[in-house]
Amino acid sequence: MRHLQKTTKSNFITYGIVILTAVIIQILSSAGAVSSLIGGLLVPLCAYMILAISLNLVVGILGDLSLGHAGFMCVGAFASAFFSKMTAGTMPDGLRFFFALLIGAAAAGLFGILIGIPVLRLRGDYLAIVTLAFGEIIKNVINVFFIGRDSSGLHFSMKDSVALNLDSTGEVIVNGPQGINGTPKDSTFLIGMFLLLIALIIILNLINSRAGRAIMSIRDDRIAAESIGINITKFKLMAFSISAALAGVAGVLYAHNLSSLVASPKSFGYNMSIMILVFVVLGGIGNIRGSLIAAFILTLLPEMLRGLSNYRMLIYAIVLILMMIFNWSKGGGRLKEMVAERLRGLRKPRTKEVK
Amino acid sequence: MKKKKILSLILVAAMAVTAFAGCGKKESAKNEGGSSEGSAVFKIGGTGPLTGDAAIYGTAVKNGMELAIKEINEAGGIGGVQVEYKFEDDEADAEKGVNAYNTLKDWKMQMLIGTTTSGACEAVVAESHNDNLFQITPSGTSINSVKYDNAFRMCFSDPAQGTVSAQYIAKNNLAKSIAVIYNSGDTYSNGIYENFAKEAKNQGLEIVAAEAFTSESNKDFSVQLQKAKDAGAEMVFLPMYYTEASLILAKAKEMGYAPSFFGCDGMDGILTLENFDTSLAEGLMLLTPFSVDAEDEKTQNFVKAYKDAYGETPNQFAADAYDSAYVIKAAAEKAGIKPDMSVTEIGDAMKKAMTEIEFTGLTGTNITWGEDGEPTKEPIAVKIENGAYVFM
Repeated sequence: MRHLQKTTKSNFITYGIVILTAVIIQILSSAGAVSSLIGGLLVPLCAYMILAISLNLVVGILGDLSLGHAGFMCVGAFASAFFSKMTAGTMPDGLRFFFALLIGAAAAGLFGILIGIPVLRLRGDYLAIVTLAFGEIIKNVINVFFIGRDSSGLHFSMKDSVALNLDSTGEVIVNGPQGINGTPKDSTFLIGMFLLLIALIIILNLINSRAGRAIMSIRDDRIAAESIGINITKFKLMAFSISAALAGVAGVLYAHNLSSLVASPKSFGYNMSIMILVFVVLGGIGNIRGSLIAAFILTLLPEMLRGLSNYRMLIYAIVLILMMIFNWSKGGGRLKEMVAERLRGLRKPRTKEVK
Repeated sequence: MKKKKILSLILVAAMAVTAFAGCGKKESAKNEGGSSEGSAVFKIGGTGPLTGDAAIYGTAVKNGMELAIKEINEAGGIGGVQVEYKFEDDEADAEKGVNAYNTLKDWKMQMLIGTTTSGACEAVVAESHNDNLFQITPSGTSINSVKYDNAFRMCFSDPAQGTVSAQYIAKNNLAKSIAVIYNSGDTYSNGIYENFAKEAKNQGLEIVAAEAFTSESNKDFSVQLQKAKDAGAEMVFLPMYYTEASLILAKAKEMGYAPSFFGCDGMDGILTLENFDTSLAEGLMLLTPFSVDAEDEKTQNFVKAYKDAYGETPNQFAADAYDSAYVIKAAAEKAGIKPDMSVTEIGDAMKKAMTEIEFTGLTGTNITWGEDGEPTKEPIAVKIENGAYVFM
């Protein structure tokens, strides 16, 4: 182990944390020690962690602020839920979910490329605003689709489900703003953790590859990178579309965990995009392990605070502010060191106090 | 550096362990309590939005349910057994709804009054179906809200409201050409519109304009009203909640456009809306299962008790929730369930009893339920005259 590179070692620690968490929770839940609330939160936790690390690729590694990440999640969720509804009963569950994952990732990745081509020409605040707009567009476009199926095939409308003219055997699959109902519940915690691990391997390997260094050079100095012959558009698109595809995977997990899927402002609007950004910023921009931990804590926190009823919204906000100060401000950094010092002191108090 | 890393790792691990261990312990403690002595109370859970845009509905459901359960307990409980209740916030969101449901499950809920909104209900009903837990939704109107056999509904479903509205308009010859303004982002509004449109065709009514808006653009309705006006609609059908409807009424007056307006149960409460000029609502017709001004003793007592307890006039959500609690009582006494029965046993017994009872409450008389969970009851149409609801 000693001759391993520092980054490799750090990566293995991250994988280790994820695997260890998965094993511990799996043991606890098979022993029946996990409450229904936590049991129900496990799959969303995986989805949010994947979202956080995938956004970190764009925000932290590529250095571009994207506020439309929930849009890609939305594409992945709807594409896969549509596929699963269409093929329900025609193939085994496992195989169907595998294809659903591929389709969700591919659809979101494709959207990432399509949106990336015009959007990535912009920089800074402009890019943030345009990605925000695209996220909203995706959500609103999905809200006007009505797709139904009957004996004569697929029907499509952008008006309402009455305009589909389905015959008596007809079934509305995508019902506009009411979304898709009755998606099979295929997501499990183990699949979620497995996907998280794959997403981690993809991202960490990308960062440490030749392409990853090119991407980071664009972040650090665009002009210098261009001058040494790095194809800026190509690498930007690469990071953006990989990030979108992984967000799509998170969307697939999310969609196959709840039986009703609605492109509401709450689940796929800019609030969600900002939420994911909060995971990234709190965990540390460019710090993949930090994003994982931040997503984990911030998803659990509001549910853990349920006992405080309506005050939990207030407490959640305060905790968020405190965590942000503790983690990232200069004074907070000193405070952190002081706390660390104190804790270290607790282990061997005598030497400390004598001095 | 290295020490710091190790320290942070330990901290995170400690946090995770306490988080999970905390929950684990709570549950095991409850398990012991449940098995050794057997809980001597029925535990009824409720879910709905207590925060966010739809908080007004969730709060009404919570209050209505609370009031009914207090009364039931004072009168001796369900079959002599006291009732405990707990209400969890779901923010009208599917994901949070499932979290709220799971929280109640950890609390050992045996029956559920919920959820308040359709969107969350569709997700929760899939979970409660897995557990075979008896669920009655006071106000989840979409068809899919009760698509499993363990779920029943207190209010009218969207299709029922749309169909009944069209039939009512045709039967009473209120109008021939109708414009509809609806919220395409809302399951409730959309569901009513679609079924209204279907039935209108059968009834020979003509829909001259169908204009949609979404929750994000619900402040200015001049475009939709102008289209309705240009199409020459005699009546504008408004399947929506009263906050938006009040804006439409005000805008129509401003434009000098005066068709007749027809609404659904979501319109109930418009007269008590703050800063609303009630003269605007003059002549508005609506279908509603519950009216605050109904003269019967039951409604009067409920309105009085509700005002005393919470300082505001109850709306139909509160009435639906109040009735739901009494429906549970009626069905539970019919089924003869005991608090020490398992959730599944209670679910099975309640499912059967629900189709056998006949219930008279605030929101209807002689209501019966089919196996599909839908109630059969007569809608009441009221018209606003001189700032008060008048039965038509």
